[in-house]
Amino acid sequence: MVVKVYGKAQAVCPQRVMHCLVEKGVPFELVHVDIDTMEHKRPEFLQKQPFGQVPYIVDGDLELFESRAIVRYLAAKYEDRGPNLLGRTLEERAKVDQWLDVEAINYNPWAFPIVFNLFVLPIRGLPANKADAGAAVDKLNKVLEVYEKQLSKTKYLAGDEFTLADLTHIPATRYIVENCGLSHLLDDKKHVKTWWEDITGRPAWKKVMSFVETGGSNYSP
Amino acid sequence: MGSVTVYGPPISTAVSRVLACLLEKDVDFKLVNVDMAKGQHKSPDYLKLQPFGQVPAFQDEHATLFESRAICRYICDKYANRGNQSLFGRNGGGPAERAQVEQWLEAESQSFNPPSSALVFQLAFAPRMGLPQDPAAIELNQAKLAKVLDVYERRLGESRFLAGDEFALADLAHLPNAHYICAAGKDDMFASRKNVARWWEEISTRPSWKKVVDMFSAPPA
Repeated sequence: MVVKVYGKAQAVCPQRVMHCLVEKGVPFELVHVDIDTMEHKRPEFLQKQPFGQVPYIVDGDLELFESRAIVRYLAAKYEDRGPNLLGRTLEERAKVDQWLDVEAINYNPWAFPIVFNLFVLPIRGLPANKADAGAAVDKLNKVLEVYEKQLSKTKYLAGDEFTLADLTHIPATRYIVENCGLSHLLDDKKHVKTWWEDITGRPAWKKVMSFVETGGSNYSP
Repeated sequence: MGSVTVYGPPISTAVSRVLACLLEKDVDFKLVNVDMAKGQHKSPDYLKLQPFGQVPAFQDEHATLFESRAICRYICDKYANRGNQSLFGRNGGGPAERAQVEQWLEAESQSFNPPSSALVFQLAFAPRMGLPQDPAAIELNQAKLAKVLDVYERRLGESRFLAGDEFALADLAHLPNAHYICAAGKDDMFASRKNVARWWEEISTRPSWKKVVDMFSAPPA
């Protein structure tokens, strides 16, 4: 039975999960959740994801939400397939978890208001909070300065291999770079720029983008 | 067993999260204070341990780590055979049980932590630091936290703890912020919800947490 991912293809968190599945060569079905008509806030959806957010997955008997929990689960379940996304030793795994949490707790809180105010609200024709976005840009820039130092020592955030810690950054950052006019945040930092070009150049990520653009619903490696 | 050192003031919510985990796992540690009032967390020496200038940092003979939840995960795996052995799912519980813990640990960091951290700052730390409280921020974050606790109320009507029938990392992660909110007199948010009240009573009276709370008033090392 194929893994089912419930979410909207353009949304950041489902893209994280799809990227992990493609890296691991795992087929999946994307079941569209109509965010625009608030499907994710209706009782049937809330039974599955009680916070009313996307995505959640169904893998056989297992139902799981929170994209970072999902990718940790998938990377462990399919550790023998595709690239190693979790580290090979306890200490390597700890570094992956560390930078994954940095993304969740130090990076995402600034990335989200940028994308929300400078991309999501405008395309819905709704008023945006430019001050919030501006403050978030300053904070995100400071975080990226720390990334610049780290990436001058290691090729990827947690070490010299691409891992979940890099993967989880991609969907939101892509919107920041491509849709919010903020590519300079990454481009003006030599090692961050190299890292960004490398991780977004991965064949698996390109397949995710193609899948999203063509409105795919079933992915086979 | 090698020497474990935790850097940071025990009253910090993130530091105390790690201390609670070490105590649950019966792992000895040394606590080295970081004087944040004097800006020690931004000193060049400290930034070598934690490049974002935040607490805690953690060291043992194999790893230097930051991000309290990543540190907790490492402690659970590294000291798998010590102390409480079901913090990450029961021994032999398999990937599905671990995934449930990860799911609720992410829910804590993404849904519970933002409003509760803001309340902890406003209610517990701003007064301590001689900063004015912001009533609008208190009201906004209380409303957000109430919605999260409503989700927890439903969940905790289905299972004893968040991820299942055993106390796990996902529950532990909530202890620091909830403690300060209750200590500041907003315990009605927890007490007024029957299942949340039961859960809070159980987790906050664990001997390991009581030891951490005792450390809040101990003189700094």
